[in-house]
Amino acid sequence: MTDGTIPLTVDGRPIEARPGQTILEAAEAAGIYIPRLCWLQGLSPSGSCRVCTVRVNGRPQAACTQPAAPGMVVENDTEELRALRRDLIDMLFVEGNHFCMFCEKSGNCELQALAYRFGITAPKYPFLFPQRELDATHPDLLIDRNRCILCGRCARASRELDGKALFGFTGRGPNRRLAVGAAAGLGATAADAADRAMAACPTGALLAKRVGYAVPVGRRRYDQAPIGSEVARPAGGE
Amino acid sequence: MANPATQRIVIEPLTRVEGHGKVTLLLDDRHRVQQARLHIVEFRGFERFIQGRPYWEVPVLVQRLCGICPVSHHLCAAKAIDGIVGVDRLPPTADKMRRLMHYGQIFQSHALHFFYLASPDLLLGFDAPVERRNVVGVIAEHPELALQGVAMRKFGQEIILATAGKKIHGTGAIPGGINKNLSVPERDRLLADLPRMLEWSQKAVALARDYTLGQLERLRDFGSFESNHVGLVRPDGALDLYDGRLRAVDARGGVLVDQVEPGDYLDVIAEEVRPWSYMKFPYLKTLGPADGWYRVGPLARLNVCDSIDTPLAEAARRELFAALGGRPSNVTMAYHWARMVELLHAAEVIERLLGDADLQGEDLVAPAGERRFESVAMLEAPRGTLTHHYRVDENDLVTMANLIVSTTCNNEAMNRAVRRIADDQISGRPEITEALLNQIEIGIRAYDPCLSCATHALGRMPLEVTLVDARGEVLDRRTRPS
Repeated sequence: MTDGTIPLTVDGRPIEARPGQTILEAAEAAGIYIPRLCWLQGLSPSGSCRVCTVRVNGRPQAACTQPAAPGMVVENDTEELRALRRDLIDMLFVEGNHFCMFCEKSGNCELQALAYRFGITAPKYPFLFPQRELDATHPDLLIDRNRCILCGRCARASRELDGKALFGFTGRGPNRRLAVGAAAGLGATAADAADRAMAACPTGALLAKRVGYAVPVGRRRYDQAPIGSEVARPAGGE
Repeated sequence: MANPATQRIVIEPLTRVEGHGKVTLLLDDRHRVQQARLHIVEFRGFERFIQGRPYWEVPVLVQRLCGICPVSHHLCAAKAIDGIVGVDRLPPTADKMRRLMHYGQIFQSHALHFFYLASPDLLLGFDAPVERRNVVGVIAEHPELALQGVAMRKFGQEIILATAGKKIHGTGAIPGGINKNLSVPERDRLLADLPRMLEWSQKAVALARDYTLGQLERLRDFGSFESNHVGLVRPDGALDLYDGRLRAVDARGGVLVDQVEPGDYLDVIAEEVRPWSYMKFPYLKTLGPADGWYRVGPLARLNVCDSIDTPLAEAARRELFAALGGRPSNVTMAYHWARMVELLHAAEVIERLLGDADLQGEDLVAPAGERRFESVAMLEAPRGTLTHHYRVDENDLVTMANLIVSTTCNNEAMNRAVRRIADDQISGRPEITEALLNQIEIGIRAYDPCLSCATHALGRMPLEVTLVDARGEVLDRRTRPS
């Protein structure tokens, strides 16, 4: 151990965190995948989706917001937590209108990839089939709120990376919706296809227009390896 | 109250057809058929829920209306969307990949219908016991043939996989092109199976021919009637299942309309709604709703085209018309033979395409041209002419969709077949057996209907319910306006 590092364990495996790192970041650096949706490298964490919930010394915590501390005993890949995450993913599916079969994000979608990872073949909760709006007013961008999981990644990316703050939320509870900063829709904002916010969406809610299915089935991001495999390394590996 | 002497026979579910339908027969007290109708009881609504979706999603979305010939809807929608993005000519690689996908679909669908669905009637007999008259019975009595059918269907599905990315509901065709080419290993795997497919296709043509000619006396009038015929042809009049212009001929072969561009279809075709079915009744405007109904599908296509541009299928086409007394033929049961001629044609086209180096090209998508807001496309799906018509707004969202599917075009013909067979086979018989009722299904099966994609209008349909007694007196009538 070098000076200034923070020792902790994740599922019994000793790792070291740098000062200021969250549990999720420290685990990531050590090759341990903690499932997440609203967290994205380079953005401030929001802790809203709770998919990254771990037990820290027995207490549930969001790994993306909780700073690593010396001696923490973190449980991540346990049956209890897998079941909790599965239920969270499941609820996100039934809360929106996620029709993977014709969604152009299929195969590149983090929500779908997590569902596969957790073995969700059919939702256990009833579908809510909410009425959601599309915003196609921008010439190059499309918002399909049917697929929005309210993770806020676009809003944070727009604010923190693009310096634009184009997105926010309106409504409460089940009526919460992604909003844009112009009554006439996205087309009336300064949104641009090159904005970092546009690439931040984990699902098919925020899309570049006219891309569609240009990448064939079989060559999409999660067609070959499940989500998380880009992070996970065996203990002791580099 | 209905007259207690009236007997109502319902054949439900209709077996060995794709989708769900039923037939009702109304018999009077002397067992005469008063009424015979094919009802499509399932309901889709795709034309409505495509509205509001971005146009580039449509080829992948719309094919979900069915798992039987999704490729046909995928490609027809893609052709229409090519028009929306202002593309009139695809790069050769894209055009040929799509054609390969389409002929793979024709091949697997025709093989499925002939070997899985129709062969129990043809090989085991109309009157075979019901417990044997199914695909398991065919496997028991003709195992080699049954396995050929399975392998042929698989070959077609492998072509779809290689071109669309998935065997069912792929994503290959995109606006203005295709999203992959055919790799050399993919091509070589298909080529390895091709000689067997060509050989078996020829045997299937011979089987259908021998069956038809062997029982021609019985089959000539079975569910038969004179009708108009519609299909797509190339500018030179040859058969083209992927692209072409509309031609209609009457029951004697007289040309009614010819070389109609898909975009002009509304000038020649209209659709009638009848209150008792979710399926509409298309007709040729020049003849009106009473006389303008027509047939589509394999026999209709051979009836309208002047030639086939592959040698084995062309020879088979000539043999068919020579044996049936010339072109056009109105013998309903000849649909099976015509379908196998097309199966052979598909195998020959696949052979030609697989030998074409354009399939390994890298130019997959044409650059978008001038944006259009309305587009119509047609192709020949396995079951007949398929039309997709879309309007798209300036924000790229679909505002209108109209799909005229093959089975809908054959709606009137199938109802006539039901009526004809009911009159010939059921009327006046003291006992209605299961075998007799199967004959009605055989008449419908000749068209290989796919009932699942045939119904999709959504909204308040005009509805009139009439209660009629055995003497034809109206007992009650309720009307709901549209």
